[in-house]
Amino acid sequence: MASTYAKNRNVLPGFHLSLGFTLLYLSLLVLIPLSAAFLKSFTLTLDGFLAAAGSPRVLAAYKLSFGASLGAATINAVFGFIVAWVLVRYDFPGRRVIDALVDLPFALPTSVAGIALTAIYAPKGFLGSALEKIGVKVAFTPLGVLVALVFIGLPFVVRTVQPVLEELEAEKEEAAATLGAGRMAVFWKVLFPTVRPALLTGFALSFARAVGEYGSVIFIAGNIPLVSEITPLIIITKLEQYDYAGATAVAVVMLLISFALLLLINFLQWRMARHRQAST
Amino acid sequence: MHVSFWTARRTVAWMLTVAACCGFAPRVDAQELLNVSYDPTRELYEAYNAAFAKHWKEKSGQSVTVKQSHGGSSKQGRAVIDGLEADVVTLALAYDIDEIADKGKLLPADWQKRLPNNSSPYTSTIVLLVRKGNPKGIKDWNDLVKPGVQVITPNPKTSGGARWNYLAAWAYALKTQGNDAEKAKKFVSALYKNVAVLDSGARGATTTFVERGIGDVLISWENEAVLAIKELGAGKFDIVVPSVSILAEPPVAVVDKVVDKKGTRKVAQAYLEYLYSPEAQDLIAKHFYRPRDAKAAAKYASQFPKVTLVTIDEQFGGWAKAQKTHFADGGIFDQIYIK
Repeated sequence: MASTYAKNRNVLPGFHLSLGFTLLYLSLLVLIPLSAAFLKSFTLTLDGFLAAAGSPRVLAAYKLSFGASLGAATINAVFGFIVAWVLVRYDFPGRRVIDALVDLPFALPTSVAGIALTAIYAPKGFLGSALEKIGVKVAFTPLGVLVALVFIGLPFVVRTVQPVLEELEAEKEEAAATLGAGRMAVFWKVLFPTVRPALLTGFALSFARAVGEYGSVIFIAGNIPLVSEITPLIIITKLEQYDYAGATAVAVVMLLISFALLLLINFLQWRMARHRQAST
Repeated sequence: MHVSFWTARRTVAWMLTVAACCGFAPRVDAQELLNVSYDPTRELYEAYNAAFAKHWKEKSGQSVTVKQSHGGSSKQGRAVIDGLEADVVTLALAYDIDEIADKGKLLPADWQKRLPNNSSPYTSTIVLLVRKGNPKGIKDWNDLVKPGVQVITPNPKTSGGARWNYLAAWAYALKTQGNDAEKAKKFVSALYKNVAVLDSGARGATTTFVERGIGDVLISWENEAVLAIKELGAGKFDIVVPSVSILAEPPVAVVDKVVDKKGTRKVAQAYLEYLYSPEAQDLIAKHFYRPRDAKAAAKYASQFPKVTLVTIDEQFGGWAKAQKTHFADGGIFDQIYIK
């Protein structure tokens, strides 16, 4: 596909204009700010870079940020799928209200979400006091970080999976069933492969959002060095110590890891698509 | 529904753009100052701005409005370096204004000599705020390292107040344990083991302690502790004055590059000088900051318990040194977490 545009002119007019616009737009909005971060971090020597981006506190923060984000995205992939499934396949009173509720984490300012979550999960809070009795601490622990990230990431999975489920005709599953497939087989062989690319996209979006999240996490995390400091907090802390280069060094490392992970997810998607094409 | 949501977002974005264009355009007819300050001074400067506007009108016939910006002291300093056009800065500690002079080159390095009393028209100190009746029996700093006592203090990396807190504890440890820095480090390390939440600013820590009910003791600015008792939770807290604390001198300065550009030097200078007047000193004491003026100090003496105060210069060799030893990356504060 990609190579054909050079040989025969595209039937759709305006290719050059729109491509030019796309590149300019992406450069202005994405590439230039990002390269500014890279350039600033180059003002450090290699030793300085490693000291800033590789100190024990920062390493602990990467681990927490990426670990909790992957955890949250995984939880969202499972439960977001169930929510999307319920919203698409069943009709029940209040469905539209629940459908609208899913978007709330999108719309709510993240600091509001953070304060609300902290109030609920703090040891004196509604859920926190109940959980404390069974020995589970949420607020001011890494678990609290996970809770906040699950909260803000949920809509991404639901909203990417939902349209795909809507387009999936129930007839396909019925046909599979009449051909003798059991319920599990219908799910794993018919339903899941169709939804998988969308689910992966939702997972990636939810993950990417969680890695960069600051506002909602900061209230519930407790921010104790080596335990519950997230990477964006490290960056802000460095900025507030007037260490601009150090902050960008951490940012660059974070960017590279995120980019590698997203690329991996895209690669998986591409392989899946090819696999599916080959098998049909 | 999606459409309406995004449309709404776009509309809001446009409105903000338009507002930004109209609202923040420079006005030349009336004098306008921006005072960039730290977290807990909101109430003080609200009252002071009104008093100064009245004074300036009487003196020069000019009307002046003062806008305020508040936040963690270092964050505010960074905003000024990055281009926030502050005519005056009134921050929590000298180091933050030093950085504006050093990194931003917006004022001369010897700025602190330009006004009396190290350019600090008021002082404060660090006290301990406990829950009513003092259930954990906290009397001094050494009670904060006991097992089972939960301490709330903000992160000294980001909060000016938190740095004073940390240094006050350090000064106590030096005084009581024979000036031994190793022992002081152990003491402070044990203290931070008892800290459950490190907020990024002083106000955030107060909120955690007062409104969310977390922790047994809040290490706090004196003015913030009194404010918490008087306004946020009357009858719910007690102040414990430790045996040793630190003399906190929050300094003020005119930002030369900005006032010269905006043509506001005269009024900005007057704004800071008036802080030393008897009227302003009275106002300062009313807002629980310790005044420099002897008369105001005598009038409000009952409000400010006597406490042995060490200063940053004699005990720690000045801010630049304290910052480097304790709070810079790899400094003692980092070391007490990373064993």
